[in-house]
Amino acid sequence: MMNSKMGRIDAAFLAFLTVALVVAAVVTVGGKFWWLPPLASEHGKAIDTLFIVTLAITGLVFVLVQLFLALVIFKFAGSEKRRAAHFTDNKALELIWTIVPAVILTALIVSGGRLWSRIQIAEPPEDAFKVEVWGEQFRWTFRYPGKDGQFGRTDPKLISVENPLGIDKNDPAAKDDIFFFAGEENLHIPVNKPVVVYLRSKDVLHSFYVPQLRVKQDAVPGMVTRTWFVVTKKGEYEIACAELCGLGHYMMRGVMVAEDEKDVENWLKDQLTVADVLP
Amino acid sequence: MEQKTAHEHEIAHKPESFWTKYIFSQDAKIIGIQYLITAFLMGFFAMVLSWLMRIQLGWPGKQFPWLERLMPNAMEGGVMKPEFYIALVTIHGTVMVFFFITAALVGGFSNILIPLQIGARDMAFPFVNMLSYWVFLASCIVLISSFFVPGGPAGGGWTMYPPLSSVKEALPGSGWGTTLWLLSMALFIVSTTMGSLNYITTVLNLRTKGMTMGRLPLTVWALFVAAIIGLLSFPVLFAGAVMLLLDRHLGTSFFTPYIVVAEQHIPREGGFPLLWQHLFWFLGHPEVYIAILPAMGITSEVISTNARKPIFGYKTMVASICAIGFLSFIVWGHHMFVSGMNPWLGTAFMTTTLVIAVPSAIKTFNWLATLWGANIRFTTAMLFAIGFVSTFVTGGLTGLFLGNPPIDIQLHDTYFVVAHFHMVMGTAAAFGIFAGTYHWFPKMFGRMMNEKLGKLHFFLTFIGVYLVFFPMHFLGFMGIPRRYYAFDQFQSFAAAAGGSINLLISVVAIAVGLAQLIFVFNFVWSAFKGQKADSNPWKANTLEWQAPSPPPHGNWGDELPVVYRWPYDYSVPGATEDFIPQTVPTVTVQTEKDGGEVKDGKVS
Amino acid sequence: MTAVLCALMLSLSADEKRLTPKSDSPRLRRVSGSGGGTIKGVVKFEGQPLKPRLIRMKQDKNCEAIHKGKPIASEEFVLNRNGTLKWVLVYVKSGASGNFETPKEAVVLDQQGCVYRPRVFGIMVGQPLEIRNSDPTFHNVHFVSRNNGGFNIGQPRKGLKTVRTFSKPELPGTAFFKCDVHPWMRAWVGIFDHPFFDVTGDEGSFVISGLPPGTYELEAWHEKLGTRTAKVTLKAGETVTVNFTFKR
Repeated sequence: MMNSKMGRIDAAFLAFLTVALVVAAVVTVGGKFWWLPPLASEHGKAIDTLFIVTLAITGLVFVLVQLFLALVIFKFAGSEKRRAAHFTDNKALELIWTIVPAVILTALIVSGGRLWSRIQIAEPPEDAFKVEVWGEQFRWTFRYPGKDGQFGRTDPKLISVENPLGIDKNDPAAKDDIFFFAGEENLHIPVNKPVVVYLRSKDVLHSFYVPQLRVKQDAVPGMVTRTWFVVTKKGEYEIACAELCGLGHYMMRGVMVAEDEKDVENWLKDQLTVADVLP
Repeated sequence: MEQKTAHEHEIAHKPESFWTKYIFSQDAKIIGIQYLITAFLMGFFAMVLSWLMRIQLGWPGKQFPWLERLMPNAMEGGVMKPEFYIALVTIHGTVMVFFFITAALVGGFSNILIPLQIGARDMAFPFVNMLSYWVFLASCIVLISSFFVPGGPAGGGWTMYPPLSSVKEALPGSGWGTTLWLLSMALFIVSTTMGSLNYITTVLNLRTKGMTMGRLPLTVWALFVAAIIGLLSFPVLFAGAVMLLLDRHLGTSFFTPYIVVAEQHIPREGGFPLLWQHLFWFLGHPEVYIAILPAMGITSEVISTNARKPIFGYKTMVASICAIGFLSFIVWGHHMFVSGMNPWLGTAFMTTTLVIAVPSAIKTFNWLATLWGANIRFTTAMLFAIGFVSTFVTGGLTGLFLGNPPIDIQLHDTYFVVAHFHMVMGTAAAFGIFAGTYHWFPKMFGRMMNEKLGKLHFFLTFIGVYLVFFPMHFLGFMGIPRRYYAFDQFQSFAAAAGGSINLLISVVAIAVGLAQLIFVFNFVWSAFKGQKADSNPWKANTLEWQAPSPPPHGNWGDELPVVYRWPYDYSVPGATEDFIPQTVPTVTVQTEKDGGEVKDGKVS
Repeated sequence: MTAVLCALMLSLSADEKRLTPKSDSPRLRRVSGSGGGTIKGVVKFEGQPLKPRLIRMKQDKNCEAIHKGKPIASEEFVLNRNGTLKWVLVYVKSGASGNFETPKEAVVLDQQGCVYRPRVFGIMVGQPLEIRNSDPTFHNVHFVSRNNGGFNIGQPRKGLKTVRTFSKPELPGTAFFKCDVHPWMRAWVGIFDHPFFDVTGDEGSFVISGLPPGTYELEAWHEKLGTRTAKVTLKAGETVTVNFTFKR
């Protein structure tokens, strides 16, 4: 059963493939041929750092383990002429390879936990720019709270062709709200200022995803979810949907325009309010 | 229906006709083969579905008249409909996770291995065992029938999140297709529950004399814990499925709030979509460990046998299996970090998720230590077992990114996730199935599989799966979302719009798929024409190799085997042979200090 | 149980092109030549016109490019220069009895410039509707109705065609087409078991011909202004003028 020659060939080939895998991985990942989108947000920096650290750790483990695997495959290819070694435990070794991963993982847990608290649990600043983003099959639309800084009440029962978000026009806070019909307008937000996005959905689950900002948050019907961020570079950013929402999921593209705050204010001044559109 | 024990059953009921011997068999060995073959067929079906997906992703926008002729509704104008694409995504995922991987490993290998490896004649409840297979087959048929109903198969992803799945207006596949999907899953869960009851009871009650829990092969430990996980977690998805059926057909509001779809008001009150996510993932996460644990058990067995060395760290292997089993129940929220659930839960689930990496790491190091100093025999099974270690390491490490919520913000629902789960489930778990099949084929069919074809199958598959799934990590780095029919709408995703990565993946995926035909041919041809196998072709220690190949009904003849040692007495220093089967009472060895007995790896 | 399920599934099998309804009674053709009566007229508007919304297609660069970045007016209310209304569907509401031959030629609903053309149309039960995508972008044809079920079909590329038929009559107002990716797109359909309907165009006029002699209830439907009815009695071969006025 132990055909040494065939075994040596299999061993050599598999070891070679494993080494080739390691080399290919190191070159393609280390060379950043296909890499993270260019960063444009404040909190994104810490995310990217944590990502790189995790990549370094997992990369190192990957290289060491795979090379070790290649080594043992090649070195211990069998033969009739010898016997395997016989050992079943090694308390010291086992302790090391339990404690070292545990320590590394604890470090990842602690740093990840702290960053997560900052991003998701901490409250956004009081003076943050507020905007509501609505997802529906298969477009995004937006609502601004207007001068009073408050969003008027909405009720899905009020949704109609003329009133696509179901705004209760009798609510005084709603009168100065600015909203758009889905697919027709872009999202304008100020650059270099905290922006809070309240996420809503009219129908099924959607997810508000802006790759360059490291922002992703599900929009759930019947709930208001929230994410906030600071955009650090002016420009246009694509909004993609990141939760399967039906046959047009891949078409659900929106555009977020990050510009100076005064430009956002001027643009808002030109838009129609609820009082104009829903008499 | 009175249940007989395996013993009484064997004495009273030897199957006589072709039907009771091979079709409606209550013999676990036959049922195991039935599961395995059905699972492979379902796996091939799901693979063909993935080819269709890859055609769309590799050559987006190209017209395929021959596909239009085959599927006029789905490929109108020679171009795939987006609703068909997500139906393919859904059914591919569902079939692969449940109907291939789980069915083959849990249904197939539990039946093939447990009674034999513990020295029992059959499972504790043979009739229920038979029933579990036929209910499983029924669930397969129900799912496949969803391709032939108006609206087509379910399209909500294998995760089936409502309201997309609870409201038929939201998607064509959310009509009949989703109802059939839910019914199919309900049947599948009934089948696995019957199976779990059998496997747990059998392991606990029908071990032969001398087979203590501490002398069980790691395959049995893995299958045992997997069965416990399944028993406790599958019913939760069953409950969720019932609730979803009620939302869909009786207008309840478990998961469906008041929504407006295409201007139609769907009047519900108080439904909470996240409830489904919790219920689904409460099963969904343990499910992936139900899939991977048996593959790990098989890997341990195959590596130890072919390395001619005891498995390193048996006790910590068992402890790790149990730890993974327990921890698997408290990590599910890592699928929901950005779902809108309370962020504090995110912190909690992050902690448990990163902790579960520890027992997985321990197992990996144990395999590596087993290989150190080994005398490796490169059978095809061994190649796949080593391939398991390789792909499990690759896939497992990417879990560290996804388990960390800030990083998951960026990587969630991108191809990074697709890469991760395909490496651990699509390659590692599948390699476990292949390793198990090649290793135990002689026991199942009394014939050897062809080694040359086996090795060709291995190397083509090993190279192929890395070429298919490793580049998906790069798509994930670039932020490319998953479940997208096409990428031409977004400048941000231009690299995936028919670019070189997607083209490479598609070409190799189809090639690797075709390479599996080598395995199919080998399997079928060898079952009839393969070289005849003796009872212990691998010179292994576990009990199944002490029975004939294949074993008769009742496995052991008149006398049940008696066990004197653990299964890992390989290459014991001074022993004549480099293996000592579990049934051997004492072995005299030459050591430096004259004589002595070898038992459980210790020279006494 | 599985066998029952399978049989059930096969019987509901997936041919979505519904079959033309068959009937045993003899078919009446439209009365042609001098025998057929005609109703014609215009649909006028009086009062304060509705201000149609300006639609900006910012989120789809393909659509925006077709319109050169300029917004287009919604056609939910189109007042012609001569004071008449466009896109009013005028039809015989009652009085037309018997079985009428289902035309084999298809009515075409096209998607051009991310707008449905025509916006309002009538079709007979069983008559094929050919839905075309003439735009270089994805459209999904999402049909919603009260009597005729619904469907939702993706048409990812230019040049794709889908054919559908309807099996039950449905007066306009409850059956419409929308595109989820371009939510401003709208097309309304009236489904009839007779051929007596017409849609007003740029002149605000309609012509319904081939009517057998009798008394008919005629109705005009506008998507925002509702309906107006009129009773008409026709002798054989007669031409009658009926005008509708929508007031606001």
